[in-house]
Amino acid sequence: MGNRKFKIYRGDNTKGELVDYNCDVTEGMVVLDAMHRIQADDANDMACRWNCKAGKCGSCSVEINGRPKLACMTRMNEYSPDETIMITPLKAFPIIKDTVTDVSWNYKQNLKIKPFSPAQNKNNTEKGLVMQQVDVERTQHFRKCIECYLCQNVCHVIRDQDAKEKFVGPRFMIRLASLEMHPMDDADRIPAIKEDHGSGMCNITRCCTEVCPEDIQITDDGIIPLKERVVDRYFDPVTMLYRKLFKK
Amino acid sequence: MLDISEIRQIEFDVLVIGAGGAGLCAAITATKESKKVGLVCKSLLGKAHTVMAEGGMAASLGNVDKRDHWKIHFRDTVRGGKMLNVWRMAELHARHAADRVIELEQRGAVFDRTKEGLINQRNFGGHRYPRLAHVGDRTGLEMIRTLQDYGIHQGIDIHMECTALDILKDENGKIAGVVCMYRDTGEFIIFKTKSLILATGGGGKAWEITSNSWEYTGDGYAMAYEAGAELMDLEFNQFHPTGMVWPPSVRGILVTEGVRGEGGILKNSEGTRFMFDYIPEKFKNETADTEEEAARWLAGDKDARRPPELLTRDVVARAINAEVKAGRGSIHGGAYLDIATQRSAEDIKKKLPSMYHQFKVLAELDITKEPMEVGPTCHYFMGGIRVEADTTMSTVDGLFACGECAAGMHGANRLGGNSLSDLLVFGDLAGVGASNYAKQLGAVPKFNEEDAKKIIRNATSILNRDEGENPYLLHEELQNNMQNNVGIIRTDTELQKGIQNIENLKEKNKNVKANGSSQFNPGWHEALAMRNLLITSEAVARAAYMREESRGAHTRDDFPTESEEWCQYNIITKKGEDGNMQVIKEKRKEPNAELFRIANATLEDLEAEVAEERKSQL
Ligand SMILES: Cc1cc2nc3c(=O)[nH]c(=O)nc-3n(C[C@H](O)[C@H](O)[C@H](O)COP(=O)(O)OP(=O)(O)OC[C@H]3O[C@@H](n4cnc5c(N)ncnc54)[C@H](O)[C@@H]3O)c2cc1C
Ligand code: SF4
Ligand code: SF4
Ligand code: FES
Repeated sequence: MGNRKFKIYRGDNTKGELVDYNCDVTEGMVVLDAMHRIQADDANDMACRWNCKAGKCGSCSVEINGRPKLACMTRMNEYSPDETIMITPLKAFPIIKDTVTDVSWNYKQNLKIKPFSPAQNKNNTEKGLVMQQVDVERTQHFRKCIECYLCQNVCHVIRDQDAKEKFVGPRFMIRLASLEMHPMDDADRIPAIKEDHGSGMCNITRCCTEVCPEDIQITDDGIIPLKERVVDRYFDPVTMLYRKLFKK
Repeated sequence: MLDISEIRQIEFDVLVIGAGGAGLCAAITATKESKKVGLVCKSLLGKAHTVMAEGGMAASLGNVDKRDHWKIHFRDTVRGGKMLNVWRMAELHARHAADRVIELEQRGAVFDRTKEGLINQRNFGGHRYPRLAHVGDRTGLEMIRTLQDYGIHQGIDIHMECTALDILKDENGKIAGVVCMYRDTGEFIIFKTKSLILATGGGGKAWEITSNSWEYTGDGYAMAYEAGAELMDLEFNQFHPTGMVWPPSVRGILVTEGVRGEGGILKNSEGTRFMFDYIPEKFKNETADTEEEAARWLAGDKDARRPPELLTRDVVARAINAEVKAGRGSIHGGAYLDIATQRSAEDIKKKLPSMYHQFKVLAELDITKEPMEVGPTCHYFMGGIRVEADTTMSTVDGLFACGECAAGMHGANRLGGNSLSDLLVFGDLAGVGASNYAKQLGAVPKFNEEDAKKIIRNATSILNRDEGENPYLLHEELQNNMQNNVGIIRTDTELQKGIQNIENLKEKNKNVKANGSSQFNPGWHEALAMRNLLITSEAVARAAYMREESRGAHTRDDFPTESEEWCQYNIITKKGEDGNMQVIKEKRKEPNAELFRIANATLEDLEAEVAEERKSQL
């Protein structure tokens, strides 16, 4: 496949630049492979995150030619042979170094969420919980999330510094949804979803769903049903409007 | 001059290094018994190796086949381990795995369900019954996320992207702490602790073709070794039979055994289902000998025996290796793994969604239509830090180990699915063991400051050197060496060559140099890991050289059979007084008579015994 051109962001949060690199690319290579080759040969101290190299851990999130992606699941042959490939860090989070960002904000959001609280009823037995497959499917769908934070990265609410403190973001909306839709969960998170987690901030642009590498239907299956549950208890103008326009 | 008082220090009762399944379980349990519990990991939380596990966790829940029982799980485990398992560990695991899986569900895990609404279980190699609790083919993700989401609410002090460099002791040789470095800033920190649990996973990154990530550099083995602890069974490195072989850049990435568990078959270039030719004598009675019987088994006939594709991993890996050597390999030098002709496209996508996705994106291949190409990949360390079964304490006071970095549970070969359940069972025991030790200790032992200084100086000298070896290239050289000389099939001459190369690399590594600053500098991190990789590789190669037999995952071309004599021994490696590695052949303890009886009973007798027991309990 020959020698290919790259531009990779080198620097930290205060200063940095796009640096040119070249790399020989062979059949089947993904962008992360090229980054590793460049690191080993020309840029020993270039920071990048990765673990599984198979789309399972969500470590290698970067922007490739401006689009948020997993570097380990992006094949080099997705780009035309003469195209320069630009690799930059996620925009929504402060840069630590090069393509590595400080995603600790996300871990703080998770802490705010009331964890699973198993119901103590006849379906909580010595042999475990009794739940039918059809009833857990929705929750399982959300639990495919690999915490790559690509959805968080594209959500305009989170990109806006002031709003960031008021909304947990799509990743944690689906975590909330997975708990709320767990057939054996006993907790009530609806008031918190409205007040603390900021469900009203989302205006259903679906940008998050578009970038999710796990194909999780974040907006339609997760956020909207949660918003509806909130509306059923409180009043939320965006969802009311949405209902009017598209559904009922 | 370096002043230790300027280095930040935090004090714990129990400190856990490693936030995979084992470390998280240990930390969670420790919070129930101890006040101050810390957890340190090299990556972000939730990204440890455990997240990659696919197939499932083994436990005799008996939800799919009621005949299952801990005794049969135990028998499968030690037979798979070629009788070299620490008997008590295999017993504890088999007895407690089911309770721990149910506990994980109470903490939020959402497993696939049976028709009755219970946790579903699937077939896997070496397990007599469908035994693996699973979630599609992303069971590890479910496990780690559950423990993470539960664990963060238990008051654990978590330090992410923080690398442990070496262990500190007091003047009496008791554990006193550990020196760590934050990867983002390069800042050093000293965690003082009464007891320390290592849950750092394995060292598969020493090989070129591997399913393991950058984290698997044997840090736990090396730190324990440097602290004077004994390592055991390091010659047993599991090569998983089915790693991807094409394209080259993904070579080694795992293809879950779940593919075979769901009915996938192995074929060579001539279209022959070759596993029928490789059934070991010991397993002949329990394995189907015709394709017709194997097909009946897949259709659910409980009287049919299991297909030979589900023999233990050592057997399947060697078979693929032999087929390739005999010139019957696939185009790119592997075997064909075919699920497309065995299950419907819909079933495949449902049961193995991440395999479907992985091949589609990385190999541009549709596994519902075409066979995959697979070959052996370095996957798992059966050996590791030698521990006492019930407490998980190593041979150093106050130092504990659990999960993949501990030795004994799996003997000479691990059964698929037995690792995740091992993490739950021994993670929990480590949490208890380390807490009990900390409680009887009183104050935190005072660490030796000179040692701390030395550790920090060694680390910074890599950055300060004017010039030296490129750590990435050293690592590549080591990987080549291990792949070619300490690989899946071993010989006397190659092992000697391998050891010599490691000695040379040790010399070169004394002059390893990282460019750049101390902030998030992977070159520096790679250089720091080199010492650990080299200690680990040396222990593997030396133990492999000493063990003159073939058993489980350790195959010697020059000693092709199991030896009764060698079954009596473990190989221990530890740091000698002179600083060199000692390799010791040590006689094993006599097995407990009852466990010995269970392990050697015929399947029919044991099934009858279990049925009888159950009847009498009613
Ligand atoms: C692709 C794949 C699929 C697998 N599938 C299965 C399966 O289906 N069933 C099964 O039972 N097993 C499976 N295994 C094996 C199993 O996943 C691992 O053996 C197991 O997860 C190891 O868990 P652990 O807790 O011991 O270590 P890990 O999960 O690897 O965690 C190690 C931790 O230690 C930390 N660490 C290491 N060194 C340091 C250091 N110096 N300083 C600080 N922290 C450090 C790491 O950051 C990490 O947090 C699979 C393995 C792989 C690679
Ligand atoms: S749909 Fe909502 S959560 Fe998703 S990106 Fe848009 S505003 Fe953010
Ligand atoms: S929901 Fe999708 S995009 Fe968002 S963090 Fe999870 S896997 Fe990534
Ligand atoms: S490295 Fe794990 S998702 Fe890319």
